[in-house]
Amino acid sequence: MFSIASPRQLKRAGIVGMNRRNVELIARNNPRHLYPLVDDKLRTKQLAQDHGLDAPALIGVVRQTGQIRELQDFLKPHAQFVIKPARGSGGKGILVVAGRDGSKYVKPSGGLIGFDLVSRHINNILSGLFSLGGKPDVAMIESMIDFDPVFEGYTFEGVPDIRVIVYKGFPLMAMTRLSTSASDGKANLHQGAVGVGLDIATGKALRAVQNGAPVSTHPDTGADLAGIAVPDWPAVILLAARCQVASGLGYLGADIVLDRKAGPQVLELNARPGLAIQVANGQGMAWRLDAVEELIAGNGAPQGPAERAEWAMQHFTGPAGGVAKE
Amino acid sequence: MTARTQLRIIVAALLIIGFGVAAFKHFQLGFPVWPGERETVWTAEAKVSFEAKGEPVQVRMSLPSSTNSLLVLDQGTAGHGFGYYVEKGQGYGRTGVWEARDPEGAHSVYHRARIYRGGSRPDVFADLGAPEVPEPPVFDDSESAPADALLAEAHAYSANAKGLAIQLSQMIWSKQPSQSVNVLLGEDPSTRRKNAMITRLLHAAAVPTVSVRGMFLDQSDSTSSLSELLAVWSEEDWVVIDPKTGEADLPDLFLPWQIGSQSLFEVEGAEESEIRFSVTSDELAASKVALNYGSYRGAYLIDFSIFSLPVESQNAFKTLLLIPIGALVVVVLRNLVGLQTSGTFMPILIAMVFVQTELVTGLILFVVVVSIGLFIRSYLTSLNLLLVPRIAAVLIVVISLYIFLSVIGFKIGITQALSVTFFPMVIISWTIERMSVLAEEEGLKDVLLQGGGSLLTAVIAYLFMTNRHIEFWTFEFPELLLVVLAVILLIGQYTGYRLNELWRFEPLAKEK
Repeated sequence: MFSIASPRQLKRAGIVGMNRRNVELIARNNPRHLYPLVDDKLRTKQLAQDHGLDAPALIGVVRQTGQIRELQDFLKPHAQFVIKPARGSGGKGILVVAGRDGSKYVKPSGGLIGFDLVSRHINNILSGLFSLGGKPDVAMIESMIDFDPVFEGYTFEGVPDIRVIVYKGFPLMAMTRLSTSASDGKANLHQGAVGVGLDIATGKALRAVQNGAPVSTHPDTGADLAGIAVPDWPAVILLAARCQVASGLGYLGADIVLDRKAGPQVLELNARPGLAIQVANGQGMAWRLDAVEELIAGNGAPQGPAERAEWAMQHFTGPAGGVAKE
Repeated sequence: MTARTQLRIIVAALLIIGFGVAAFKHFQLGFPVWPGERETVWTAEAKVSFEAKGEPVQVRMSLPSSTNSLLVLDQGTAGHGFGYYVEKGQGYGRTGVWEARDPEGAHSVYHRARIYRGGSRPDVFADLGAPEVPEPPVFDDSESAPADALLAEAHAYSANAKGLAIQLSQMIWSKQPSQSVNVLLGEDPSTRRKNAMITRLLHAAAVPTVSVRGMFLDQSDSTSSLSELLAVWSEEDWVVIDPKTGEADLPDLFLPWQIGSQSLFEVEGAEESEIRFSVTSDELAASKVALNYGSYRGAYLIDFSIFSLPVESQNAFKTLLLIPIGALVVVVLRNLVGLQTSGTFMPILIAMVFVQTELVTGLILFVVVVSIGLFIRSYLTSLNLLLVPRIAAVLIVVISLYIFLSVIGFKIGITQALSVTFFPMVIISWTIERMSVLAEEEGLKDVLLQGGGSLLTAVIAYLFMTNRHIEFWTFEFPELLLVVLAVILLIGQYTGYRLNELWRFEPLAKEK
């Protein structure tokens, strides 16, 4: 159970460690002044709008406690919406309203809540209850995603998103995180969510892990994880590549969800994406980083996001892990 | 120049300066490398006591001189009601002078000096300069024949003045003295008489000779008398001879007090004067000795170091200088091992508390305070308080806990509970706050993981910070801080794997 690999074995497998991520990927490629763009979801939203990236529409923003009084009227035309803190972390403080029942709001679980609870929730967001370091925050109200049914049966509560790591504009690796009862409905790998590596070329499942160990079926629903195939995959990869251009971050994690009608939507961006994606993919990302560096060092590296996405889909493929050489 | 090259240069410079200064202090100034090295230091005191009768009194006393193996630092003089000054003698030695207009009754004045090993003066006798050829002494009839015989024999068995003096000393101090010696000195002669005779004989041979009186520090008891050596002008140089043993050169632990014609002490205007000497030796930490020695020699390194500060400030630095060690431990555990801690440097602060409370007491108190704090904080969560009032509430809860633990602990006889106050309240409050948020967001498992990681880091930092050697090195060689800085900079550019990643990514390595 407790076995250890030698540093040399890890290196041969192309694994990138935390120190290398922090020094070579984040510190060198992500200038600090760009962080607020992605740490503040309101600014990310603005960014998406400016660059024409598909994202859930912003319905409104609550900045002060006084504005809550007007909210009930303001929300009337919207049957479905999501309230979230602009600087929330780890999916905390997100309230989803899936419908109306008279003056009550219906949660996705079917539970009913009154406006008083909604207003208290917003109050908590404003006071910084959910933000990093407890700083005062603003509450965003955005339209609810109508999830594509492709992941039905694959999650226990929660919403599966697709995390794509983009390095210098080239989509590098992708995975989807499926919440489980063990993870308490949260899509957090180290709390026991299932991570499924996705083939950059096809969007099909490569392998799945839970708590670092391979699994073949979802522990709660029993669904066969190998059957996952993300529809509209080239659009997902292209959207990820465009996120890099918009944000300017050299090492970026784009979290993308699939809307039934509108297709891939950017949910949020991350300037410090983790390394668990390597475990979910069953391979290290070092080779792919090297391949991108090599490509950029030579002339004729594709410049536009569409060309870069295409290049990545051609070269970073398959469970054999490495880089498909031409 | 890339960042990496710059870093390498900086690291190399830091290492060279850090180790270089430390090496200089060790080799040149005698700072010991290991704690607890001790060195002998002597305190020599000369005390003149007399009976004054209301007339002006002047007391003159010769003061000890440094040699090439002993360093004399005046420590103090005393003489109640007397003025004091130092007179430089005629070329050699120093004389302390005490004066008073109209003292009455029994008085005493004294001079005290600290004596360290390792003098710097080339030779105290160099000051004497070249002497004049002495007047030949007059021997009376009964003396002249044996004196001539002794001189003739000594002359035959020597090549220069030094040899002559040694030969004469050996003959005069012989256990079975010859006929001539017996005639010259008579029955059972005193030491003084023997040495005086050697001087007379040397003067007769036109060899300049002066008497050197002083103490053998290694042979002295608490009260002691002076021993006499002879300095002989031989081949353009003064050579010291111990007539009793016939050995040449100044013994290492001989402290000269009076040289040549200078008088040991004189008292004018008073009666019944007498002088007493005492020497005490004590063992001092070698670093302390090096410090006194270094500041005497005016080493800038010491002038501009922590040691020039008042003692209380020095003690503050003693603690401050340990913090980089704690920081190094945190850096190693986080970046090389991959341990998670709650708050980057919180473990250092906890470790410093442990230093004051003792490890086990500190650990128990920390766990008790944080657990109860978390429990109460979890109730506050349901009240949905704003951030600052929430922290303030936790802070008051923490202080109440301190009082509660101290009082209850004291009542049931656990006095260690009183040391709970050493824990910084604000830090503990923030720790409770952060861990409680962590418990809500990530679950209890993460709280235990981070809390355990923090405590483990704190314990390891504590062990390093209380290590006798590390404590000693950081304080005596604060320049080693630069070495710590160099190591931390190096780790800052380390892009290799952390220890915990070796098993985190192990499945990936084994698959192919």
